[in-house]
Amino acid sequence: MAAAPESAGTGKGLIGWIDERFPLTKLWKEHVAEYYAPKNFNFWYYFGALSLLVLANQIVTGIFLTMSYKPSAAEAFASVEYIMRDVEWGWLIRYMHSTGASAFFIVIYLHMFRALLYGSHRKPRELVWIFGCLIFLLLMAEAFMGYVLPWGNMSYWGAQVIVSLFSSLPIVGGALVEWIRGDYNIADPTLNRFFALHVAALPLALVFLVVAHIMALHEVGSNNPDGIDIKKYKDAEGHPLDGIPFHPYYTVKDLMGTAGFLVLFAGVIFFAPNFFGLFLESPNFEGANPLQTPPDITPVWYFTPFYAMLRAIPSAFGTQVWGVMVMGAAIVVLFFVPWLDRSPVRSIRYKGPIYKVMLALFSVAFICLAVCGMKPPSGIYPILARICTAVYFAFFLLMPWYTKIDSVKPVPERVTGHA
Amino acid sequence: MLKASILITIGLLCAGTALAQEGEVALLEAGTDIKSAESLQRGARNFMNDCSGCHSLRYLRYSRIAADLKIPEAEVSKNLIFNGAKIFEEINTGMPPDSTDWFGKPPPDLTLMARERGTNYLYSYLHGFYQDKTRPWGVNNLYLPGTAMPHILYYRQGLQKPVYKNEKDPHGNAKMVLSGVEPMIPGTMKPEEYDQYVRDIVNFLDYAAEPIKGTRESMGIFVVLFLLVFFVFAYLLKKEYWKDVH
Amino acid sequence: MSEDVDHSRRRLLTAATVGTGVIGAAFAAIPFIASWKPSARAKALGAPVEVDASKLEAGQMLKVVWRGQAVFVVRRAKAVVDQLGGHDDMLADPKSEDSLQPDYIKATGATRARNPEYWIGLAVCTHLGCSPLGAFVPNDSFQVAGADLGANWPGGFYCPCHGSKYDLSGRVFKSMPAPKNLTVPPYAIAANTRIVIGVDDAPKPVS
Repeated sequence: MAAAPESAGTGKGLIGWIDERFPLTKLWKEHVAEYYAPKNFNFWYYFGALSLLVLANQIVTGIFLTMSYKPSAAEAFASVEYIMRDVEWGWLIRYMHSTGASAFFIVIYLHMFRALLYGSHRKPRELVWIFGCLIFLLLMAEAFMGYVLPWGNMSYWGAQVIVSLFSSLPIVGGALVEWIRGDYNIADPTLNRFFALHVAALPLALVFLVVAHIMALHEVGSNNPDGIDIKKYKDAEGHPLDGIPFHPYYTVKDLMGTAGFLVLFAGVIFFAPNFFGLFLESPNFEGANPLQTPPDITPVWYFTPFYAMLRAIPSAFGTQVWGVMVMGAAIVVLFFVPWLDRSPVRSIRYKGPIYKVMLALFSVAFICLAVCGMKPPSGIYPILARICTAVYFAFFLLMPWYTKIDSVKPVPERVTGHA
Repeated sequence: MLKASILITIGLLCAGTALAQEGEVALLEAGTDIKSAESLQRGARNFMNDCSGCHSLRYLRYSRIAADLKIPEAEVSKNLIFNGAKIFEEINTGMPPDSTDWFGKPPPDLTLMARERGTNYLYSYLHGFYQDKTRPWGVNNLYLPGTAMPHILYYRQGLQKPVYKNEKDPHGNAKMVLSGVEPMIPGTMKPEEYDQYVRDIVNFLDYAAEPIKGTRESMGIFVVLFLLVFFVFAYLLKKEYWKDVH
Repeated sequence: MSEDVDHSRRRLLTAATVGTGVIGAAFAAIPFIASWKPSARAKALGAPVEVDASKLEAGQMLKVVWRGQAVFVVRRAKAVVDQLGGHDDMLADPKSEDSLQPDYIKATGATRARNPEYWIGLAVCTHLGCSPLGAFVPNDSFQVAGADLGANWPGGFYCPCHGSKYDLSGRVFKSMPAPKNLTVPPYAIAANTRIVIGVDDAPKPVS
């Protein structure tokens, strides 16, 4: 055998040269080719990779939109129509970006739901979950600011309403809102700074957090639908018996998942980019008009659950701040889930009926809240929103209790089923 | 069980929204076909003749109409441009953009109106004018009460009169509610002719709101088919490799 | 678990999938790359410019803007046009071999114009882009303030930035800072004095 070079990489040629100076092969092996993931990943496990795909889509299409978009109150709306009509293929880039924004939230909500199903937030993956919650928080800010940029009438009034929420904070509220806006009203300075944050600051932060999220995951290894630890039983080479290398098995499976997702994604982009007024809202096809509010100001569909909670809480003691606090708490409570879940088992498969019922109620309540948030606050919707808000919080705040008293089934030693 | 409960809930909530709000008149069906080049050409002509005096289409270029509607540019210049604009310019009116002198409100730009309000609304609106002597121009509109627009197409459609019906208000008292319109004075066009005339304008406005729509949909068929082929290959590849795991 | 792996099937399916994927990626790249092409607005702003030169007298010039650049339109007297072939030895590129102009302009030789009575060229000095001045009267040294054009000056353009001199067909003299003759844009003559700058063939008039 020829004399091997001094470094760990045994590669010859260019790769070997790089490996002596940069851990290329090492990273590839550690995180892809020899990252042993459980072999029983099911449908719910596509959404992490799909999130990464949609993130890449948003960044690439976003960069190209930035080349033609004008971030000023005077020119923004017209520049979007310029992109749609005058820039070659601008319409496609725009629709990929707007559809991608909604796709991002569909994929992320399903990704988070997977964690609640299989206990992916439990020890030792608490930090994976916390990074994920931070990503979710930043994603909401990113999406909110992105929606303001076309400077349509809904962009303007949506910004007005949401930024005004902060005025309910005691003492600092008024000054805070003026500081956020940079003006006495939502205006050009607000648009310009949202542009800077949306295009540069938040994407950078999001990418760092996604890297941290994946590193934290790989440090401890992936969970699986049975919630058991695959590293307990290893073979002669030290690989988990129930594990398979990510490459080629999950690269090929995620490729298939990507293909399936792209079929649906393209279907929406080419045949229904408005998606029944949910992805591109009709009132936003009119330019921002400070003198005329659209008849129903509601946020985009992915924010409506939280908006419904905000509206569900009446004002008390002369302030609206309670609704704002409840809406904030709905997101803050997510960070604590690893410590709220006291079940001895991770996965819903081995939990008792209480958790199953609670999770079902939570899911129904969340969807209900989304619908309530889209409707004007009349009829049955206000009371429904209050009930669903209570269910939402009950799922989390009662969790330490009901996960403890719930029955459990015996957990298998080895994984069951495989995709 | 989880999936079933979610689906049932969504179903019930959606059913609840299907009931129309009290007091609103149902919209007419526009019946436009954006694939009909003839209708779009007529609509372009109708719009330029009757509407472009006050309403701009400031995001649509004449040259775009020429290319998409398959009209030679020289013809567009001759027949559709009345204000000396060049073929590549956008469609603007002579009226200053924010002028409130004539109607109290500036006539809005209509490029995106079809995306904002929908073709059924536009079609209904142009059918909904009726005589109302209390208004500055002597007309009101069933679908936009208090509209500042005069009934430009009055000589084509004729003049309609309002129809009221008895209803009970929330306290149980009888009141007259505007429920529709009826012909009163005929115009130069028969009702079916006027319907088609308006339909062509609305079709043209639908096109103006998104000129790329036709191309997008025909391209979409190829893209989705291609991606389905890709999916099939990816699926077979996955199944092949996963034989190792089973 | 089966032990025999059908490697040829794997290779085939991998090739099919990766092949389709690469084709798809190439198609997907097209919109992004094409989006850099001049937009409809750029084309509109860069559209051909029509010039009516009927009011120009011999020795007069007007400037128009086309695609953001100034363009000279100079009316030349017949006597001047006839003399254009007479000073090739003073010029760096008398036959416009190294300069930029449409083929139909190069073919006209010394006159460098479709209609010899009117010369059209970009008012952009080929040295560093300054806008040259017109100095159309032959043998008059003092047409341009501060510059001595010399007794043999045949008439033409003078660039005040670094002193480059061009004749009345925009051809640069020898030993000038400027390397090439003034660029001639594509243009067409629609009628006698109606010139359309920016197209090779005149659009048909609208009846």
